[in-house]
Amino acid sequence: MKRTTLDLWVGIFVVAGLGALAVLALKVGNLSTYNMSETYQLQAHFSNIGGLKSQASIKSSGVLVGRVAQISLDPERYEAKVTMTIDKRYKFPKDTFANILTSGLLGEQYIGLIPGGDEAFLKAGDEIKKTQSAVVLEDLISRFLYSKAEDSKQPNK
Amino acid sequence: MIVENLRSLGHRIVSAVWRIGYASRFFMMILFYSGTSFRRFHLTIKELFSSGVMSLIIILVAGTFVGMVLGLQGYETLKRYGAESALGSLVALSLVRELGPVLAALLFASRAGSAMTAEIGLMKATEQISAMEMMAINPLARVVAPRFWAGVISMPLLSALFSAMGVFGGYVVGVVLIGVDEGSFWSQMQAGVDFQHDIVNGMIKSFVFGVAVTAIALFEGYDAPPTAEGVSGATTRTVVESSLTILFLDFILTAFMFQGE
Repeated sequence: MKRTTLDLWVGIFVVAGLGALAVLALKVGNLSTYNMSETYQLQAHFSNIGGLKSQASIKSSGVLVGRVAQISLDPERYEAKVTMTIDKRYKFPKDTFANILTSGLLGEQYIGLIPGGDEAFLKAGDEIKKTQSAVVLEDLISRFLYSKAEDSKQPNK
Repeated sequence: MIVENLRSLGHRIVSAVWRIGYASRFFMMILFYSGTSFRRFHLTIKELFSSGVMSLIIILVAGTFVGMVLGLQGYETLKRYGAESALGSLVALSLVRELGPVLAALLFASRAGSAMTAEIGLMKATEQISAMEMMAINPLARVVAPRFWAGVISMPLLSALFSAMGVFGGYVVGVVLIGVDEGSFWSQMQAGVDFQHDIVNGMIKSFVFGVAVTAIALFEGYDAPPTAEGVSGATTRTVVESSLTILFLDFILTAFMFQGE
């Protein structure tokens, strides 16, 4: 069996196809940002998660440190239980604050971690106690309207 | 009159079921006899050339133009909402998830599938298949299985090439011609496209389409009546059946893969 021109063309075809796949994975997809090889998990309870989805990013000072692994409703506390996967390179103090924030005005929601000053660090499986829920636009508007109504009542008195 | 109609209806249903059973057995026999196509891999290489490499040009050109159209249309729509920077993720997501696998498979069905059917049908009509059986060569192992595996291997590669060319076409129209910001084009694209959820699922789709298209094309060729009319009818049926199968399977797969999170 000897090499033929046919083999060359098929080789070019296969290499080009795999190359296209690599381009899709690295240039188009987010495989290049997926370098979280070793991770650990943390949990947090939120009274309202708004539009947070699994695979949403977790950022600290704007840097991506992990992703949301799972969201479920805690049947005892009637609160949303969010499991987070955090990169092993980053450790956070026990009194870290977890906020649900929105990127841009109508962008997707993510969890922002603000480290506290505690000297002990969170271990795998620990829970972040201090959380702040997502800002729901309807709540915000209704609060604004109520306070407006209060304001307009006062001068009449 | 009524009895006759009923009789012909019943006859049609029975023969359709018969054909489905025969097609399933044919498919299993291909898998059973496919050892040869890997032991004597040069047979498969030859078919990879005629179905994969020869489809390259049409796939590359079609992918570029589809991407360019997506760039233009997407820009027109997104401009209304002031979200032109999301053009990259629009183009990439629609290509990787849907248009790449589906259009590449439709092109493959009409470019390579029809050729497979015509080739095997003509081999049968000119009694080459029977001649092989006379020489104790199994035509399924020697002729059919290498073509099947060549189609299954080349379909995901062609689909990846189609998507990559489409993204390039969208880039040319969106960034080079219209002037969307290059940085936001790529960064929005990378933020929007997930490797596992979008790219791997798209590849799974095109693999399934590859199996379906080549199996239909080979079966229609093998089952074609050995006449000129029979072969032409079989070729037509290959294109029609495989196109419909692709679109139907696409619906099923999409429902499984991308049902709301």
